[in-house]
Amino acid sequence: MTAARRIGEVILKLDNISLSFGGVKALTDISVDVREHEIRAIIGPNGAGKSSLLNVINGVYHPQQGTISFRGEVRRDMNTHQAATQGIARTFQNIALFKGMSVLDNIMTGRNLKMHATFLEQAIYVGRARREELENRHKVEEVIDFLEIQHIRKTPVGRLPYGLQKRVELARALAAEPSLLLLDEPMAGMNVEEKQDMCRFVLDVNEQFGTTIVLIEHDMGVVMDISDRVVVLDYGKKIADGPPDAVRGDKAVIDAYLGVAH
Amino acid sequence: MPASNAGPDATFPRLLLQHAAQRGNRPATREKDLGIWQTWTWSQVAADVRALACGLAAQGFQRGMHLAIIGDNRPRLYWSMAAAQALGGVPVPMYQDAPAAEFVYVLNDAEIAYAVVEDQEQVDKMQESLPQVPTLRHIYYDDPRGLRNYEGVTSFDRLLEIGREFDRAHPDFFDAEVAKGRPEDVSVMLYTSGTTGKPKGVRQTHRAFIAAADGARGFDALGPDDSILSYLPMAWVGDHLFSYAQWVVAGFTINCPESGETVMTDLREIGPTYYFAPPRVFENLLTQVMIRMEDASALKRALFHYFTALARRCGPEILDGKPVAVGDRLLYFVGNVLIYGPLRNVLGMSRIRVAYTAGAAIGPDLFRFYRSIGINLKQFYGSTETCAYVCLQPDRGVRFDTVGNPAPGVELKIAESGEVLVRGPMLLKEYYRRPDATAESIDADGYFHTGDAGFFDDGGQLKIIDRAKDVGKLSSGAMYAPNYIENKLKFFPHIKEAVVFGNARDKVCAFINIDLGSVGNWAERRGIAYSGYTDLAAKPEVYKLIGECVETVNAELAHEGSLADSQIHRFLILHKELDPDDDELTRTRKVRRGFVGEKYAVLIDALYSGKTEQHIETLVRFEDGRSGMVAADLRIAEAGTQSA
Repeated sequence: MTAARRIGEVILKLDNISLSFGGVKALTDISVDVREHEIRAIIGPNGAGKSSLLNVINGVYHPQQGTISFRGEVRRDMNTHQAATQGIARTFQNIALFKGMSVLDNIMTGRNLKMHATFLEQAIYVGRARREELENRHKVEEVIDFLEIQHIRKTPVGRLPYGLQKRVELARALAAEPSLLLLDEPMAGMNVEEKQDMCRFVLDVNEQFGTTIVLIEHDMGVVMDISDRVVVLDYGKKIADGPPDAVRGDKAVIDAYLGVAH
Repeated sequence: MPASNAGPDATFPRLLLQHAAQRGNRPATREKDLGIWQTWTWSQVAADVRALACGLAAQGFQRGMHLAIIGDNRPRLYWSMAAAQALGGVPVPMYQDAPAAEFVYVLNDAEIAYAVVEDQEQVDKMQESLPQVPTLRHIYYDDPRGLRNYEGVTSFDRLLEIGREFDRAHPDFFDAEVAKGRPEDVSVMLYTSGTTGKPKGVRQTHRAFIAAADGARGFDALGPDDSILSYLPMAWVGDHLFSYAQWVVAGFTINCPESGETVMTDLREIGPTYYFAPPRVFENLLTQVMIRMEDASALKRALFHYFTALARRCGPEILDGKPVAVGDRLLYFVGNVLIYGPLRNVLGMSRIRVAYTAGAAIGPDLFRFYRSIGINLKQFYGSTETCAYVCLQPDRGVRFDTVGNPAPGVELKIAESGEVLVRGPMLLKEYYRRPDATAESIDADGYFHTGDAGFFDDGGQLKIIDRAKDVGKLSSGAMYAPNYIENKLKFFPHIKEAVVFGNARDKVCAFINIDLGSVGNWAERRGIAYSGYTDLAAKPEVYKLIGECVETVNAELAHEGSLADSQIHRFLILHKELDPDDDELTRTRKVRRGFVGEKYAVLIDALYSGKTEQHIETLVRFEDGRSGMVAADLRIAEAGTQSA
């Protein structure tokens, strides 16, 4: 990691979070914190509760117990609109883009919260609507340039290969200029070259914009290479938390991943 | 057309300043950035070149020094060339896609101390080369992305600031430096692609490149209203002639695409009037059109096929102003409205007045296709040593198998060995630090030995058949011209690359690379499943397809007298694509025959020993620098031959 990136104070803190769906306990008594500017990885076997944890952070799921504090504000739970207005953006494990719309339009939707013009103003494209459109388009073009997807700007998303769709999803999240970015398996299903590109983009985002990143990833090589701290979940419980090297050697983690004779 | 600007004491910086004075508000350069075409006028360009030159001077750059320029076609990289020239320095553009290891040789050979590069990728490569290049001290970058925390490199903007400060302190410096420049100074050093051995630095003077550019300007009536897309490697003599020398001499507008992948879209948006592309670009364009037509509705497809057939019959004749039956002329007019016009528009060629191709032989069908839909595609001939300026095809004198008449100011003759010899103002001054090579290639009468074998056809146009040194003999004594045969093979859209063997042997055999796009599409339409290049290349159906192409070539060769013995008896389809990263091709995508022959010696033995199969393992280098092994059992196929 470069010297210029300073990892700061804790900005997001989950305390004793428990989440269940009927009798299924997705998360049990989990406490995790995220520091400003860091890359925080969540790993764990299938069904460990990783995505549930992200969903709790940005308010898709409401935990039965515990509190979430984000930038000093303590809440019982988040709701999605609060999360978005406070600068939390995310991507999804199974891509959630508008397939029939162009890449450009998809990324423009990421600017939704920055637009204040009324429906009528937008319909006739005058005054505020025009100015906002230009500003937002400029920002979107910066993101397109940053992620090197100029060549697919006008292509409908549905026609793109998977790896590029993932990149477009990241672009839409970045368009919202988030301070906290949640990435749900950004590299799943990619080939080696696409993974390398994605790693570089994640690191660049973190370095260039100082964005705090929480990511779920299965590729251990990637996680160990790019994250500052790793939290490990297994069956909804936290079994380890710390820097990559410490986590890699942790007995509980090895058992969870490799299985253990009972 | 305005008269020539290029007086006897013209240098590139002086011409640039002249444009700024005469037409300061006209666009000189455009670049698409953040989705919008940004324009710089001649006076803006001149101001930036001035600041750049002052900046470089403030940093210690002196007369006679070399400035490495590495990156995609970016306006600021072109301006850096002018800035170096203004100081009496020599720009040395280098191939931007080469790995760091390949840079080291040129950086050391040219004793590079200053380098202007495009982005993080190139900065990384420079820094990787640093330990082996003791002279390299200053690295400037254009695109700051990802470079915030790098040490020992300077941003382009900072260099401009330094330059403006220096300029304020020494207001007469820049003009005095430009005034010191003489036309016989070296203006650029371009490295040969190195088909044989290490690359050599070709030193060209201002006078030579200006003569070449001005000759072509007069020939095709180029002027300030023309506009071109600059997208070919800056290190290539073709780009230096079209995007730099002719730009400064004729004063037209160059347009830099947004990125390598957006060239097609950018071409359409700009609609250049003057266009230059190697044959493979024209081939790719046509392949894309054909693939898209396969997916079009039945009516559109029928119209397309009807009118392209009509165009093939009479289109080139109409373009050449030859007599054509009234009925065909009327139908062609309808076709122009329905098909050719829209097609030219899709290709981004609606406004093209003159288009050139060179660098390799172009297939007759391909060439005729473009001319048939009304695009004035012509050929020229030249090399790095001749500023890419030896022969040009005049309008209405275009043939697919020649390269044209000697260009204005060029003398041309054929040696007894068949080698093409040229003389004129555009010849190189010397090879850098290689007096032996210079003496070898320029004879006592001042003729440059091109190394190409050719002859004049009945119309006085030059026809190139092969590299002179490649022309050999079969063991029967019959003439053997490998490139000639390879080009015939490559004219088939399914064949991307071919390497034939036969010198001093009893028969000719060939390696084939299939074109993954074209054959892949062919396979898909027939429901043939494949996992990748290696798998597809080994399919019996593909062997049959390629076998048919080989036999067609054999049938043509059978009727070409002395070449009838060069028919291909056996061939195989290689398990991997030949690649410059594996040293099999040069950066300009020419086959390194000797290297391929050694690397795949076991396959050549198999071809000539009568085996039907051969196992091979090959080391492959991937784009990210890592490498791996590819293994395959290759089938060897027989091809039918014909008696003359």
